[in-house]
Amino acid sequence: MTRSIVVENASKRFTMQYTRTIKQMSIAAMRGQKLSDSFLAVNDVSFTVEQGESIGLMGLNGSGKSTLLKLISGVMRPDEGSVLTRGRIAGLIAAGAGFHPQLTGRENIFLNAAILGMNEAETKRKFDQIVDFASIGKFLETPVGHYSSGMSARLGFAVAAFAESDIFLADEALSVGDRPFKRKCLARMEEIKKEGRTLFYVSHAPGSVRKMCERALVLVDGRLGFDGPVADGIHFLKYDDTEGPDQDDDDLGADV
Amino acid sequence: MTTHVVDPNRVPDAPLVPPGDSGGLHNVFRQRYLLRLLVRKELRARYQGSVLGLLWSYVRPAVRFCAYYFVIGYVFGLTRGMENFAVHVFAGMVMVHYFTETFSAGTRSIVQNRGLIQKLSLPREMFPVASMLVSAYHTFPQMLILLVGVLVAGWAPTPYDFAAGLLGFTIIAVFGMALALVFSAANVFFRDFSNIVQTFTIFVTWSVPMIYPYDRIAGLFGGTWAEQVYLANPIANSVILFQQLFWVPTVGPDAPYPAIQPDFLLARGAVILVVCLLWLALAQMLFTRLEAKFAERL
Repeated sequence: MTRSIVVENASKRFTMQYTRTIKQMSIAAMRGQKLSDSFLAVNDVSFTVEQGESIGLMGLNGSGKSTLLKLISGVMRPDEGSVLTRGRIAGLIAAGAGFHPQLTGRENIFLNAAILGMNEAETKRKFDQIVDFASIGKFLETPVGHYSSGMSARLGFAVAAFAESDIFLADEALSVGDRPFKRKCLARMEEIKKEGRTLFYVSHAPGSVRKMCERALVLVDGRLGFDGPVADGIHFLKYDDTEGPDQDDDDLGADV
Repeated sequence: MTTHVVDPNRVPDAPLVPPGDSGGLHNVFRQRYLLRLLVRKELRARYQGSVLGLLWSYVRPAVRFCAYYFVIGYVFGLTRGMENFAVHVFAGMVMVHYFTETFSAGTRSIVQNRGLIQKLSLPREMFPVASMLVSAYHTFPQMLILLVGVLVAGWAPTPYDFAAGLLGFTIIAVFGMALALVFSAANVFFRDFSNIVQTFTIFVTWSVPMIYPYDRIAGLFGGTWAEQVYLANPIANSVILFQQLFWVPTVGPDAPYPAIQPDFLLARGAVILVVCLLWLALAQMLFTRLEAKFAERL
């Protein structure tokens, strides 16, 4: 058994600052109001993922899915507990890659790939595949800031999907793409899964989680509410009682 | 739970580690390819959307140089009291400009790159370091201009002078880097810090022997503790050391106003460099502590 992701009692606390300037702070202090408030976005979560497992992370909006993903990707550090991972991590977080709006699509591909740990030769080898997958065509030399949200999401997914990685994270990757692109993404994620990489997939769409994942985690208000087979996880979330005309959406994830 | 079969061929040859553990400045220089891309990006971004572009890096110091040269040199009459006043001012300005650019661009660097920092895991020290390197890149053409100037003025440097200049440049790079690290992190929490930097840079201009010669300070405070306080400033030191390379060798031994420099130039510079390296280590420690909260506070 080789563990790929080990999360032990991880918690992440966010502080909300109500006031920013000295003037506001002193007024609030005089009135006896709170200057800031904090809440646990991820609350004492523990689980272990084996290498090559595919996990569907589900939960309502604001239940801490993206925060948990940020803890796993290393963008955020847990305040308590620990998060450990093995190998390179690539993927999308909060529906979009980290792009620099002033750089062109081509420059962003190289920059993004370098951050994911690829060198110049590796990136050049994968470049055509990435551009082809994202199908951004003639916009390759246009600054990414001018891209539509769908275009930049496509490019972000393409870079992450073709980067060398051992853990692949996908957060609502399919929410902004159109239907042909969603199908392509699911196919690519299927390939990634077959290659034996660890897949961590956040989605509201029970259909695609059912198809893609062998295990489901459900977050409820920052706590791990469910960990087990996908069908039971979907039932836990009560997402399986929408037997209606939107069955096709159910498959592809017309979420958010 | 379903049992899962692990394919041994796919198990990465790596230990279980906390993700995104950057490990500090030395890691930045290990990822040289990424650093190069970021420097190139920063070079393009700094003057984005301006017609003159990179030229602004020369227009601003040029205008300042002219102001100092004519107001201080002619209106206050300093050109009459010292040799090669223009070289003196310009050599100092190259250093001061390098410092203020590193400091101010470095301070803004984390907030400016929040798009990347919120989504991807990379050593965050990359951004202030890239700002420092971009500022250094802009300094070299200024040095070329300076070189032409001193050659015309009759430049005869010794190896001692070269050592002094190199030491001065190293001090300012290390000190600017340390301040940029601390302030870039602080700026994430309170944007006031970029304003503090601007106020501070005004002060820098007057706290170094650039638009006035060092012998004025020696004449005012010579031999007192005030002189030692003045000389404890790393920026003043690096300017003095840089002038040892560019200005002093243009002033002949039999000139009517000889070049006055403080004693123990290299020894003091070496001590200051060690202190600055300690500052840098401290700055790195502080940065690492604050960095944990970057993604949520940006």
